[in-house]
Amino acid sequence: MFQLKAVDKRFPGVHALKAVNFEIGRGEIVGLVGENGAGKSSLMKVIYGAYQPDSGQVTINGKSVRFSSPRQAMEHGIGMVFQEQSLITNLSVMENIFLGYEAQFTRAGVVNWRRMAEAARFQLAKVKLDIDPVLTTSKLSFAQRQLVELAKVLTLEERVKGDLIILLDEPTSVLSQEEVKLLFKLVRELTARASFIFVSHRMDEVMELSNRVYVMKDGQVVDVVANVEADIESIQRKMVGRNIDREYYRETKQQPYDAAKVLVELDNVSLPGKVHDVSLKVHAGEVICLVGAEGSGREGIMRAIYGMLSPIRGTIKIKGRKPTRFNPMRAVAMGLGYVPRERKVEGIVAGMNVYENMTLSQLGRRSCGGVIRVGEERALARDWIRKLSIKAHSEFADCGNLSGGNQQKVVLAKWRSGGSDIMLLDHPTRGLDIGAKEDVYEMIRDMSATGVGIVLVADTLEEAIGLAHTILVIKDGRVTKSFDYTPGAKPSLFDLLHYMI
Amino acid sequence: MASVSRENLIKWAPLLVLVALVILFTAINPTFFSVRNFSRIAVSSAPALMVAIGVTFIIVMGSIDLSMEGTVTLTAVLFAYLFVALGGTLAGLGSLAIPITLVIGAVIGAINGLVHVKLRIPSFMASLAMGFIGTGAGILLTGGDIVKVSDPVFRGLLTLRFLGFPMMVYVAVLGLLVAWFIQRYTILGRNFYAVGGGEDLAHASGVNVARVRILGFGLAGAFYALAAILVVGRIGQAESISGANFMFVSITSVVVGGVALWGGIGGVWNALIGVLIVGVINNGMVVIGLPDFMQQGVLGALVILSVVLSTDRFSTAFVK
Repeated sequence: MFQLKAVDKRFPGVHALKAVNFEIGRGEIVGLVGENGAGKSSLMKVIYGAYQPDSGQVTINGKSVRFSSPRQAMEHGIGMVFQEQSLITNLSVMENIFLGYEAQFTRAGVVNWRRMAEAARFQLAKVKLDIDPVLTTSKLSFAQRQLVELAKVLTLEERVKGDLIILLDEPTSVLSQEEVKLLFKLVRELTARASFIFVSHRMDEVMELSNRVYVMKDGQVVDVVANVEADIESIQRKMVGRNIDREYYRETKQQPYDAAKVLVELDNVSLPGKVHDVSLKVHAGEVICLVGAEGSGREGIMRAIYGMLSPIRGTIKIKGRKPTRFNPMRAVAMGLGYVPRERKVEGIVAGMNVYENMTLSQLGRRSCGGVIRVGEERALARDWIRKLSIKAHSEFADCGNLSGGNQQKVVLAKWRSGGSDIMLLDHPTRGLDIGAKEDVYEMIRDMSATGVGIVLVADTLEEAIGLAHTILVIKDGRVTKSFDYTPGAKPSLFDLLHYMI
Repeated sequence: MASVSRENLIKWAPLLVLVALVILFTAINPTFFSVRNFSRIAVSSAPALMVAIGVTFIIVMGSIDLSMEGTVTLTAVLFAYLFVALGGTLAGLGSLAIPITLVIGAVIGAINGLVHVKLRIPSFMASLAMGFIGTGAGILLTGGDIVKVSDPVFRGLLTLRFLGFPMMVYVAVLGLLVAWFIQRYTILGRNFYAVGGGEDLAHASGVNVARVRILGFGLAGAFYALAAILVVGRIGQAESISGANFMFVSITSVVVGGVALWGGIGGVWNALIGVLIVGVINNGMVVIGLPDFMQQGVLGALVILSVVLSTDRFSTAFVK
């Protein structure tokens, strides 16, 4: 039905798409996978009209078309559900759904809100979302916003003749497991009305949902797999061009931790909101993973250890001492380091260069009477750029221009170079490609080997199992189960899931 | 190495605008290009530069400070009274008035910062209110009178020349170098950029953001006080309008010079170029003989043109 033939796209210095062939049939769900920079987003942009191909053909039912803007693509029934949600949060749900298409509800420039609300309710029913369309969007949860976004795209159904194609770009990244299930169910039902192109980093989800999977690498489609014959490992091999096995998580490098040395101790800690009576110990050299659904309280526990949340009951001890008036400043001074999930918001300062970012948390130690010893700083940054093979032209490179993996390395170097020996890592590999992930795993093992205690919230359960000495399963703010893992004898996903849900 | 990339062009655009303006005015009236005239521009720009440097620190932090007119007025008046009370000459105890005034400026700024941080009032509102309080206090103290400072040693700031430029220009240059040192080599300077570039991140890295903000406003206050001393030195008197006009000149200069209003980008050199651009426009209009009544309007138009040419307006999606 919809076809791309030998589509090529070049940017200065980059050949983003190399003679890509792609097709999607009526009611089909097609997966699209590849590492960061493999060309997935360029391909999506060509499909929904944000980019115009340099050569090649785009056809719908055999007729050649050319979109000069996303709006034109929409008029041909192609809509995009954005990863970075594109709703305007201070407008109501219905205004968002019909943004740019209010004309149908107006008479002489005056909007008939009642009719718009009615129409919005009809759209929301398609995605089985039972909310008042007059509600302000900022009041919705992320999952609900995702559905509103989908409803917005589904308005195309009434507006255009012919078939719909809906692109879903990483729709599950902010959803909990249950929400993902609901979304998938909905998408399957909607195949009666539309075809879907599904892009995700999570291979298992792509496999579960798609009829066929396009595998991209270096701007080319390297394989198209029908789901029946699919095998995750072979797809991953094609994506990266090499094997991913147990070596991936560096399990052979896992060493026993020092049980005699307790770095962090939580004793029956309760936090405002959800978390109740959490007790845990982090030992020197231990990797302890907090596992649980989104919103189960994992992040809260981490933030409490870092002094960003104060417990309403219970005590937190850092290296045997109970800090008074605990806050991040005190935490840093006591040797804690925190790698937040939102790298762009809390991880690096874009606009500051590599060495300035690295020493941000330890300026006191690199200065004398408030005057910074810049030479020392730069030497330190050069040293870490080499040690972690950070791809930056020099220590003067703007961190905002580095790739995600290299930014993460700068963040880790920031804490390591400052001598932090308790690291709190919140989704440290989120949004990184496989190569960069491996570098992060390597660093985690190295830190652990030198006696650093690590608290980790992993991106996937496999990652948690692969990296952890100890896994704490957290459900509804309580620790429901603790697992000790030794290399070679790591229990399966099933054991964990059993306690999570 | 010296490739003309877009990034480089944006970085150097304010300087190019300045050079272009100088060439333009020289072409219309060649006497514009003389040490005598440059000295005039420098004298009128020196206090404005100090104010602009102060507010640059604040804007780099991502805040805004509108208290400069009130602070300059109040510190100018206090300086004049102190100077006279301490003997009225720079050769004697009167010299003490200078450090005292700088400290007073810093305290006023710090109060401004405390109000902003502790009472959680947006810096825009807090500083605007503080500015009115400063102006009001200035009027209250003087009762509308003029306080004369006629010590010849102190007036040497204007009358004593070295290489054709009065001493106050060198004082301003010294102030600029100190500001540059603070920006480049101190923890506080670095933290301004961290707070402006990512406040949450700075907090999560263990930076005491509240303290940085309060110190930032205090530092700005000290520079406003230095500006006040230069103003008194230039005209030999302090009064309730000593600080007039500095808000427009300083903020315009900082923006024209390429400091981003959303924080994290720019620095004291941008402030210098910006102040010189505004100074050159002001002076050039007089030199080429533009009628009085046209100057205000032309200044506004040229400022808009300078902002268009010298700032990267495309790096943010929306202009609010």
